[in-house]
Amino acid sequence: MTDVLQIVFDALSLGSLYALGALGIALIFGVMRLVNFAHGDFIAFCVFAMLWPSIDAAAIVFAGRLPFYLLIPLLLLIGAVLSILSEIVVFRRFRNTNPATMMIASFALGFVIRHLLLMLYSSRPKSITLWPSLGLPVEFLGAHIPMLQVVTIMITLVVLVVLVLFLKRTRYGLEMRAAAENFTMARMLGVRANGVILLAFAISGMLAAAIGLILATNSGTADIGMGANVMLIAFIATVIGGLGSIPGAVAAGFLIGAASVVFQATLPHDARVFRDAFVYGAVIVVLLVRPQGLFAPKSAKQRV
Amino acid sequence: MSTRPSVIRQTIVTPIILIVALLIMAALTYQFGSRAFNRTAVEMFINIMVVVGLYVFVGNSGLLSFGHISFMCLGAYMTAWLAIPPVMKSITLKGLPAWLLHTQLPMWVATPISGLFAAIFALIIGRVIMRLSGIAASIATFGLLGVVNNVYSNWDSVTGGQGSIVGIPPTMNVWIGWLGATAAIVIAYLYSISRSGLALRATRDEAVAASASGINIVRERLIAFVVSAFIIGLAGALYAHFLSIVNPGAFYLRTTFVTLSMLVVGGMYSLSGAVSGVVVMSVLIELFRNLEKGISLGGHTIALPNGAQEIAIGAITIVMLMYLPTGLSRNREFSWRGWPLQRPLARPVQTALKELN
Repeated sequence: MTDVLQIVFDALSLGSLYALGALGIALIFGVMRLVNFAHGDFIAFCVFAMLWPSIDAAAIVFAGRLPFYLLIPLLLLIGAVLSILSEIVVFRRFRNTNPATMMIASFALGFVIRHLLLMLYSSRPKSITLWPSLGLPVEFLGAHIPMLQVVTIMITLVVLVVLVLFLKRTRYGLEMRAAAENFTMARMLGVRANGVILLAFAISGMLAAAIGLILATNSGTADIGMGANVMLIAFIATVIGGLGSIPGAVAAGFLIGAASVVFQATLPHDARVFRDAFVYGAVIVVLLVRPQGLFAPKSAKQRV
Repeated sequence: MSTRPSVIRQTIVTPIILIVALLIMAALTYQFGSRAFNRTAVEMFINIMVVVGLYVFVGNSGLLSFGHISFMCLGAYMTAWLAIPPVMKSITLKGLPAWLLHTQLPMWVATPISGLFAAIFALIIGRVIMRLSGIAASIATFGLLGVVNNVYSNWDSVTGGQGSIVGIPPTMNVWIGWLGATAAIVIAYLYSISRSGLALRATRDEAVAASASGINIVRERLIAFVVSAFIIGLAGALYAHFLSIVNPGAFYLRTTFVTLSMLVVGGMYSLSGAVSGVVVMSVLIELFRNLEKGISLGGHTIALPNGAQEIAIGAITIVMLMYLPTGLSRNREFSWRGWPLQRPLARPVQTALKELN
């Protein structure tokens, strides 16, 4: 029983991480059909923003020393600004190009950000200690659950609730949903394209910062490649969830998190290192059965 | 009867120009280049093979693939298994089957086998992935890259895990590099003038009309996928012979990105674009590599910080996509009449379908 509970919490917390990532990608995809490969590097950037640039082995914690009520808004702001800047400088010029071109452009942007970080911070992982008290286990129905897992799940739930309220109850949310449904039509009905797109980028950047914070607290290190893995899974989640469907992306994020944890727990020991291969393989199988994704929105259907 | 010259007569000039141009580069390098420069040239020829292989699939089908570098990985490791002396293999790669453990093949045999291995793998996996289209297909190829990388970095007894396998005979020089690039160009050319190539380009430009005309999209895509995997498998094999070590990290996101950006810079939809993209990017990379080492200007050494090379590649790709989305070659092929060339590819009509995606 306690083992099962442990697995459930592992699955939920990993799934939360993937869901937040998938959400960041799905929001942008919804408004401008851009698959943002730079998202993982946004995450890494937000983590490294807590450190002072130096290529020494020892990390000089800079913003990371701030108390949490300042640090969290600061990082969210950094994420949002980076994301908005990338829209203004790069993606704005690709509005009307085909998705393949946009994909390569975002890949290139991610490459630039990653190597900028490498240049400033060197490739060595750096230790960064944020809120060590979150690593302590709490007892829950006999199972020892790290506090951080509980916090991660709570944060994700809060983010989801806020986002749903935002999308369903506010004018901007309505505009964003309309834009995701049919961008051209939404523009004709008076939705301001730039505003909606910038807003989507800002939210996506903030989500990247949130993931960065969780990852950094969890692993205690800042590593250039730390966003890449989450990003890969998050993409896959957006595709499985049905491109353009925001609830689908979240659900698929949780699904993949659960699949990884279950594979980790049930695969024979020798095969455990190949867990990711199993996860990717499962994804390809899902795509074969439903190429349009599990929760494809009606608008995604191709019309001739 | 018909006064129109055959397809071959019309288009044969393109591969000839490309091959001769590369031959001149190889000869000049061999004659005047330093050892280090020779290595750079070999690297360029291998990249030409990879990018031409990518062009066969991406250029003709219009689908973006992030997974082709995994074929390079397969080819390189196959070569390592076949070409490393048995004495060394029995120490580092204990998990290989006995017959593989005791064979050692020369390069001329190992390389085509590696290509075939990649092609067969592509045939199996392609039957699955090619049924998808658009962004789902691109993401699935990403999944392919992830699977191959994960397996090759963790299957310690057969691939040596994260570490490198050493001991592949280093038998590469510019001439073999040129030969490899020539083979790639010839295969790509023959494919693109073939019935299947033409059909696939039709599906790229107008999928609905093409399938209404009786083209089996999945089948044509699969053929291109296998052909391109064969070329890239060959490139992987030569790469293994070139470096004489292989490790899985060399066949992952960085290589994927660099080769894709070479293709984009040159022009995704033309063979000339693929080749010229590699040449131009290789020159730029070499330039920045030297700038990172530092140049002396009037007694002062000015050096760019490490990493400037990659940032420059990324920035050039973005700028290129912004201002010349059809690449340096404008998606046209080289020929005698006019430079870079006369017959522009008709722009595909914007359809409702394209707008949606």
